[in-house]
This record gives sequence, C-alpha cells and structure tokens, in this order.
Amino acid sequence: MSASPLLRLSQLTKSFGGVMAVNQVSFDVDHGTIVGLIGPNGAGKTTVFNLITGNYRPDSGEILFDGRNIVNMRTNRIVTLGIARTFQTIRLFQNMSALENVLAGCHCRMRSGAIGAMLRLPWQKREERQALEIAVGELEFVGLRSQLDQAARNLSYGNQRLLEIARALATKPRFLILDEPAGGMNDYETQVLVDLINQIRERGITVLLIEHDMNLVMKICEKLVVLEYGVMIAQGAPMEIQKDQRVIDAYLGAPDDDEDEDF
Amino acid sequence: MKPATIINVLVVATLLVAPYWLNAYWVDVLNSIGIYAVLALSLNVILGYAGLFHMGHAAFFAVGTYTTAILNTQFGIPVLWLMPLSGLTAGFFALLVARPIIHLRGDYLLIVTIGIVEIVRIALVNNVFGITGGSNGIFGINRPELFGYVIRTPHEFYYLIFGFAAITVLLFLRLENSRFGRALNYIREDDVAAEGSGIDAAHYKLVAFVLGAFWAGMAGTIFAAKMTIVSPQSFTFWESVVMFTIVILGGSGNIRGVLLGAFLIVGLPEVFREFAGARMLVFGAAMILMMIFRPKGILPAQPRTYNLDFLAGPRGGGK
Repeated sequence: MSASPLLRLSQLTKSFGGVMAVNQVSFDVDHGTIVGLIGPNGAGKTTVFNLITGNYRPDSGEILFDGRNIVNMRTNRIVTLGIARTFQTIRLFQNMSALENVLAGCHCRMRSGAIGAMLRLPWQKREERQALEIAVGELEFVGLRSQLDQAARNLSYGNQRLLEIARALATKPRFLILDEPAGGMNDYETQVLVDLINQIRERGITVLLIEHDMNLVMKICEKLVVLEYGVMIAQGAPMEIQKDQRVIDAYLGAPDDDEDEDF
Repeated sequence: MKPATIINVLVVATLLVAPYWLNAYWVDVLNSIGIYAVLALSLNVILGYAGLFHMGHAAFFAVGTYTTAILNTQFGIPVLWLMPLSGLTAGFFALLVARPIIHLRGDYLLIVTIGIVEIVRIALVNNVFGITGGSNGIFGINRPELFGYVIRTPHEFYYLIFGFAAITVLLFLRLENSRFGRALNYIREDDVAAEGSGIDAAHYKLVAFVLGAFWAGMAGTIFAAKMTIVSPQSFTFWESVVMFTIVILGGSGNIRGVLLGAFLIVGLPEVFREFAGARMLVFGAAMILMMIFRPKGILPAQPRTYNLDFLAGPRGGGK
C-alpha cells in the first residue's frame, strides 16, 4: 500500500434537520483498489457520495483527495480534479443521444468557448474531433457503440446505467464513484458489469461503489466499509466483514429490501 | 439535394428579391420581422438552449438602443460604429443583473426578469442620470452609413437588417453545434447531472445571458438607426412577451423555428388587418391552436448530427 491514500475521509459529519445522516465517518480508499460502501437503506451511503462529489457540504470533517482538501469545492471543480460519479436514480440527459451524453463528460477536458465556436477556429475543430473520438471510445468500452445515436431515454435500464458509466469515464477520472451500478440489472447484465468494473480498475481508475448485490460486492471489492444510521460500524476485507457479528446483525442477516434512498 | 437544402435556398432567394415587389409599407413590416428575428435568436440562446425562463429581454434591447441613441446624439459617433459598444453595454448590464439571480429556476426567474424590464423602462421614463430624455425619449439619431453610403429608405434598411440577421443565423448555428451549445443543453436537461459531469452550470448560464444581451444590444443599434427616435414605449413588458412567444411558439432551441416564429408572430397580425378589430382575436386563436397541436413549437429542436466518418473502424476506449 502506498503511503498516502487516494481518498481519505476523516470525521465526516452531515446532519439534515435533527437527523445525523453521516456521523464521524472516516475511511481511506487506496490507489487502484475497488472499495464497497454497504449498509441498510437510509444508512447514509449516498449522502457520503454526495459529500465527496460536492453536492452536499459537510457540517464538519475533511475529505482529502490526493492529499488535497476538497470540502467546499464546487462539484464541477471536483470532477475536473478527477472524481467522476454515477447516480443512484439515473440522471442522464434523457432527450439527448447516447453520444451527446458521453460528450458531456468530455466537456471538462475541453477548452473552446462561445467565440471559438462562432469563428470555428482550426484548434476548435480539432478539439471537437478528439472529443468525439474519446466519446465513441468510451461507448465502445461499455458496449454501447452501436446505439450511439439513440436518445438516452430509449435505452434499456441496464444500458442507461452503462451510459452513465461511459459519461463518467469520459471525464478522465482517477477515481470513480458508482451508486448502485447493478440496480435494476438482471444476472447476465450484472456479470457484464462485474467484468466492466474490473476493466475500469485495469485502466488505473480507483473505484468506490455502493451496492446491495452482496454477490457482486464480495466478488470484486478488496475492502468494504459498512454504515448503519450514519455511523461506520466496520471496515475491512470482505471475508472479515462477512464474519463480523455487528454487520450480520445490522445488515447481512436482515432481508434485502429494495427501497431506494432519495437523491 | 436534400429537401431541407432546397427549402433553405428558396427562402434565402425569396428574401433576397422580395423587396422588389413590395411597397415601402410591407418592406417595413419585413424590417420589423427582421429585428424581432435577431432579438428572438438572441433570446433563444438563453431560453431555448439553456432553458432559462427569461422574460426581460426587452431590457437588454433597451440598454443597447439607448447606448446608441445617447452616444450618437451627444457625441456624433457614427451609428454603426456603436454597434459593438451597444452590445458590450447591454452585455455588461446583463452580467450585473443576472449574476445575483442566476441560481433561480423556472417561474422564479421569470418573475424577476419581468421586474428587470419594468425597472429599466421606468428608469428611462424618469430620465435617469438626465440623459435618456424621459418619456419623450431621444430624437435626431443619425442614419447609418455603410462604406460612405447612407441608409435611408425601408428598402435600404431591409438589406442591412437581413444581412445582420443572416450573420447572426450563421454564427448561432455554429454556436449550437459546439461544446458551448451542448453545455447549455445539458444544463437545460438536468443541471445537477451537468455539474456532476464537470460543467460549471452557473458560469454557462451567465455567459448565455451575457451573449444573448450582447446580441440584443447590437440589434438595438439597428433599431435606433431605423427609428431615428427612441422612447421608453418601445421597451415595455409586452415587447419581452412578444420575443418570448416567438421562441416558444416557433420552436425553442431551433433556429429555423425561431425565424418562422418571428414571421408568424410579427407578420400575421399585419396580414390579419382585414379582420380589423378582431385581428388580435384571430391571432390569439391561431396561437392557442398551435400550442395545442405543436406543444414543442412549430419546428421543435432537432437532435444534432455528428460526422463520425473520420473514425476508422471500431476502436477501443481503454481496452
């Protein structure tokens, strides 16, 4: 393990009204690993994601990305630093094509503005071509190249999740946050997703994911972090977590219900 | 040739020769349509591409028009030279007023922008800084001069206005098909997802406002030159409504739709003059019918097309 982790949360706290959604949560995500964030519904997992990506501001605590405190940074700035995400409730640009959805991810690595576009300068055209190349490449990577001109809303649920991943990858992230990527997928699609997440790691991208599919989590995560009522109750390798009595009581033993947290 | 290309060629050709068969009155109607078309195209950047409900565009138009009127009558600066300056003034004004309200959504933004246009109009009536001439306005604005040729008649203005409209269409088409145009569309579709994809939504909304205002300000220069008299009556809330309606009814986010909207909204009431008192009634009924049968506008925005021929065969992203 390298000396400093890619992401370090320390004493992260966020409350909504009187509810402690996230309470003094601290954990590290090391370079090149796949880490799973698990716990019952309402445990604060998505809130942790929204804190990392700047959608929410923590009441207290620090989020260090590559040694740099990203608390109070704007979301788009955090994306530019190299943190990309997908959403639990799919948030694609539904009326736009799959290709344009992925081009949205390319945006933060491009520079041309309104004037460049109006004058259609040579470097602006070159940049457009490069972006198209990256976008098509990422669609190919997730297996959606053949559907690049389909409107996002016309894709199947599983493919919409893959499209969100392609859009996130197009931002050239070093760290990818997946919020229930297998939600609504069948067994075959889930297996494809597992392969895809492994390939993402092979590209050198660190992955943090929330997932209720324990099979998937146990298969691909090197480390699990377990939340309950906003408090971290355990962290460690999947094998250890499976044996942890508190985790069994809080989550693993309990039947899996599929109610969604809101975001 | 594709049908769309044929229609484009026919429309451009018709517009080029139309003044030869029309009397001064109808050319003047076309000139009004042309100015409204440019204004609606500039509003389309804010309302159509970025989806921001901005009902105060007449305020930016007013700032541009008065900048030209004041500087021309006070300092005798040639009218057309004032075009970029009027645009900049309107753009700067937009920057000042839009900045604090940029985070407002939908109906809230609508109400605030209505307030802006009223504040500007009342400021003009009250002769703010003693330079706007109060409710009488400013008169004696010079005729524009292009390459030593003074533009006077409606027929001459026609080519100035539609020339400017043509340049606007060309540039805005490019804008639409660019990183900037896409960014505004992403924000319109879902601004949380847009920010999550690395797009600075607040920045782009502001730039959309400034750019739209810049263009409305430039249109103001031509308007001032055409009228030679400007007064606050030209910048009422109703003017904003007309521009808003052109964009929504024509097809927000679609340049062709906006142009068609300008012809219908500004042109039809003239055509319906034979209905005398009932003309606005007929016009209103026509509008209601169009909104029922074409809720996304007469010509809804079309998806962009991308030429991917330069990609030689399948290639991997990171595989």
